[in-house]
Amino acid sequence: MSKSLIEMPPKGGFSFDLCKRNEMLAKQGVNPPSFRKTGTTIVGLIFQDGVILGADTRATEGPIVCDKNCEKIHYMAPNIYCCGAGTAADTEAVTDMVSSQLQLHRYHTGRESRVVTALTLLKRHLFNYQGYVSAALVLGGVDVTGPHLHTIYPHGSTDTLPFATMGSGSLAAMAVFESKYREGLARDEGIELVTEAICSGIFNDLGSGSNVDICVITKGGKEYLRNHLQPNPRTYTSSKGYSFPKKTEVLLTKITPLKEKVEIIEGGDAMEE
Amino acid sequence: MNFMASTQPENRLLGPQSDSQRTLYPYVTGTSVVALKYKDGILMAADMGGSYGSTLRYKSVERMKPIGKHSLLGASGEISDFQEILRYLDELILYDNMWDDGNSLGPKEVHNYLTRVMYNRRNKFNPLWNSLVLGGVKNGQKYLGMVNMIGVNFEDNHVATGFGNHLARPILRQEWHENLSFEDGVRLLEKCMRVLLYRDRSAVNKLQIAKITEEGVTISQPYSLKTYWEFSAFKNPTQGAVGSW
Repeated sequence: MSKSLIEMPPKGGFSFDLCKRNEMLAKQGVNPPSFRKTGTTIVGLIFQDGVILGADTRATEGPIVCDKNCEKIHYMAPNIYCCGAGTAADTEAVTDMVSSQLQLHRYHTGRESRVVTALTLLKRHLFNYQGYVSAALVLGGVDVTGPHLHTIYPHGSTDTLPFATMGSGSLAAMAVFESKYREGLARDEGIELVTEAICSGIFNDLGSGSNVDICVITKGGKEYLRNHLQPNPRTYTSSKGYSFPKKTEVLLTKITPLKEKVEIIEGGDAMEE
Repeated sequence: MNFMASTQPENRLLGPQSDSQRTLYPYVTGTSVVALKYKDGILMAADMGGSYGSTLRYKSVERMKPIGKHSLLGASGEISDFQEILRYLDELILYDNMWDDGNSLGPKEVHNYLTRVMYNRRNKFNPLWNSLVLGGVKNGQKYLGMVNMIGVNFEDNHVATGFGNHLARPILRQEWHENLSFEDGVRLLEKCMRVLLYRDRSAVNKLQIAKITEEGVTISQPYSLKTYWEFSAFKNPTQGAVGSW
């Protein structure tokens, strides 16, 4: 009795063992379930004081709109936000993961996160998975070195740009940017241009729709304008309103505030820059 | 008994011999054409590039031609098929003139003829690999239509082919309005062509703008658009972000 096979170390990455079987099944008419994509328009631009990111809010599952008002602008750090296009699960997971890594890094170094850090973490991860993590991202933020805007492609390549668009509506949005962008835009002009680009995607691309989300990041802080513009309101709403049957009745309310176990001492040595 | 399998496939169209007779892929192609209706007629713009695959082989291809007295045809796609279409239309106009009845084919009629030609070729699995834009004015009526290689045709206030569908159409939808002046129309077309120049890899910076009004057709001399590359982020992209690119 011989286990002649050498013990192979466990391989990381994706396993493609079932691909042949899937192909055979597809030929016989059994198709895999379609996954939720954010067929999207996401944009970013650098203006005078920082970065403005914009995104539409439609998430599609094949030909169906599965979420009319999803959030595509993800938090990475207090001064860095990231818009994601492609497979929704991939963009969520990858931005969440890098966001936690950035927070740990902030605790470790005691400094504000830099955009290049997020950029490098994201592109290393995506390259590692050779494009199978289908996340196309527009990363923007302001750190000590200034405002930055990057695009990251699913295979791991990045670009540093003054204005960027990604997603299925990227051409429609890019048409607006290429004809109207100039340097040194003021905040309101920047927001208007981003809104116009997203609207161009919403109305000219079938994979994008619903509302416009905006995030303005400056040195002072960030402003997340959720549903800044809603150009697709419900056409007919019931004038009677919507009434729902009575839910569980509340009989008694008692609130006990939690007591702090640990005393937090403010002050201590200031961190050196 | 020897039953020989038939070497001639039942469907002659898809047999090996007839393959060489059908258009399977385009070779020398022109990129987008953009057109819009304005106050006095139609304005159409196309660049002068003919690409051979990924090479920019020909840089002086006129992709817009006047047809008869009232129409202007712009084409994107296979250039040889465009030249064939011009021969068909030449014959059509010739026969129309031979009637010598004071009547002449207007843009709507030419568009209809082209639609029939394109759709019939598509049905025979031998398409003319083009997207055509047909514009014209007859008796004060402006007409602007499009036909493509599978026979899809429609009429609209502004049309674009190829990449223009994705890049120029959004701009036109937002900024076109009724009764544009000539200068505004040209400015709008140039805006679209500039975006196409930036973002379409097969575009060349040598374009012609054609105008058709009740008086007739004028195709401008070739000229190039001014482009802007002086963004500070282009000059020094990794400023402050050392290590990225």
